[in-house]
Amino acid sequence: MNNLRRNLKAVYARAYVRIVGMNREPSWVVFTIFLPLLSVAAFVYVYKATAPPEIINSLLARVIIGGAMLAFWMNVLWGMGNNFYYEKELGNLDLYLMAPISKTSILLGMALGGMFSTTIRAIATILLGAVLFNVSFTLESPLSLGLVFLMTLTSLYGLGMLFASLFLMYGRGAWHTANLMQEPIFILSGFYFPIKFLGFFIALLASFIPLTLGIDAMNQLLGGSFAKKWSLLPVNLEILILTGLTAVFFALAVKALNFMETMSKKEGRLTLRYM
Amino acid sequence: MQSLAIETRALVRTFKTEKGHITALDNVNLKVKQGELFGLLGPNGSGKTTLIKILCTLLYPTSGEAYVSGYDVVKESNKVREIVNMVSGEESSGYGILTVRENIWLFSQLYGIPDKVAWERIDELLKLMGLEERADTRVHKISTGERQKMNLCRGLVTDPQILFLDEPTVGLDVNASRTIREYVKKWVRENGRTLFLTTHNMMEAEEMCDRVAIIDRGRILACDSPSNLKKLVSKEVVLELETSLFDGIDLPYKFSIEKNLAKNTAKMRFLLEDESVIPKIISKLTENSIKLISLKKSEPSLEDVFIQLVGRGLHE
Ligand SMILES: Nc1ncnc2c1ncn2[C@@H]1O[C@H](COP(=O)(O)OP(=O)(O)OP(=O)(O)O)[C@@H](O)[C@H]1O
Ligand SMILES: [Mg+2]
Repeated sequence: MNNLRRNLKAVYARAYVRIVGMNREPSWVVFTIFLPLLSVAAFVYVYKATAPPEIINSLLARVIIGGAMLAFWMNVLWGMGNNFYYEKELGNLDLYLMAPISKTSILLGMALGGMFSTTIRAIATILLGAVLFNVSFTLESPLSLGLVFLMTLTSLYGLGMLFASLFLMYGRGAWHTANLMQEPIFILSGFYFPIKFLGFFIALLASFIPLTLGIDAMNQLLGGSFAKKWSLLPVNLEILILTGLTAVFFALAVKALNFMETMSKKEGRLTLRYM
Repeated sequence: MQSLAIETRALVRTFKTEKGHITALDNVNLKVKQGELFGLLGPNGSGKTTLIKILCTLLYPTSGEAYVSGYDVVKESNKVREIVNMVSGEESSGYGILTVRENIWLFSQLYGIPDKVAWERIDELLKLMGLEERADTRVHKISTGERQKMNLCRGLVTDPQILFLDEPTVGLDVNASRTIREYVKKWVRENGRTLFLTTHNMMEAEEMCDRVAIIDRGRILACDSPSNLKKLVSKEVVLELETSLFDGIDLPYKFSIEKNLAKNTAKMRFLLEDESVIPKIISKLTENSIKLISLKKSEPSLEDVFIQLVGRGLHE
């Protein structure tokens, strides 16, 4: 009982740093709202100039959803993945390892804080994008949409929690890894165009990235009639897969975390030897 | 067993490095009583931090056992974690974006301290450390010394049964060091807590600790009260010389050298069995064209105990 309360308090406290931190760092607003909007704008004008008029709205809806979801990907990569690495540099990691709590609570707090503050940014991106580029969204099934959004986030942050320990153990390579992963994922997740255009099998492969299925499902639910034509899988199946990915990523994250902690106590270091 | 706050039995810790194995702790046997102010005194790299990390469950021993309040640090690590806290003088922990108050609060939450209690303690601690005016300043704007005091508050806010301080006053000015020492000592005495302190500052060990263990290259060389330790050198004559700066000198006596590059001088401290060799030392210095600035006899301190046991100074 005491233990649970302590862990919940730890989750809340760690999430608090995230939320306060982001709000006190105005550059994050630029980074997470205006930068995505800029690339959104680029795609919007390309589509407006080239696509047949009847499908434009569905395409633009996808671009804006993609732009909004991009903020989460950046947050998972830079906020979650690299976080333990920074905590170590700061000297906070030892304090967390020394505390009488499960280290998963710290990751969970980081994730919840990140989700909360990024959701605000994502909503801002969608609203701004809809107004600026005059895109209309059709809301068909709010319940499914809520579920898709939730499961996309949990699986995405589950992946982020896994990255946190992996990036730490890979030491200096962390930054490069994050950097390398940024661009391909822009393409593979179909941020700005329907992923099915890449072919079914590439799309299937890309589905391991929770964003791919999430964006596809959201596009189906928000983008009107044409969006359904280039959908990858039925929404309900996508929700199911996302739920499975959440469980898998979460379990792997806990495993990686325990491995990292044991290695640190045994070897007196946090990075893998061959790195 | 119950009245022991800390006990280690044949504790060994080695590290694998590119150059081979390093033995950081070599057969360490220590017993610290509850309510004691215990000091671990040793030069750089002698294994002080390694021992603290093992006792705080951050490192496994390679062999041997360690108990904190009777709990095995490996098998019952969560029990240990609930009752200890650790602050290092060198740590740069915390989040720059949070205020000093928020930062201490954050770490108190990992120990499940109720909010109301936490905030009350934080304000009280900040006041005692003279940090009240910095309470709402963001951590990235405070000075190194203020940060060290904040970290100490972080260690005290959970009201641990056993507090570990790893060189808590390193780099602090005289006043700040004194504030910290006085407060910690009072806190231990008034609340019946136990302190385990590492330092390479003799004065700190002498001033604060009921008992001091001297460690060198992972081995405990002596462990007793400062006054008993000083009896080890009570027959010796302590001679302090201030000289011009020089590179090195070979003398058949026990002594330490502390160089002062700013003043271009060196302080030599000799531990002599009898006074009659003083003229020999001085002529030897003159032969090596080392200028003598001042000379005085002095009282034995813990530093001399160290020189006696190790044959060199603590800062070499
Ligand atoms: N994680 C590690 N990996 C490899 N070697 C280590 C590790 N930690 C400590 N050592 C080595 O173990 C020895 C003892 O180090 P330790 O940090 O315990 O010394 P210390 O007494 O705290 O020194 P200082 O006064 O400089 O803080 C040193 O030789 C150090 O290089
Ligand atoms: Mg040390």
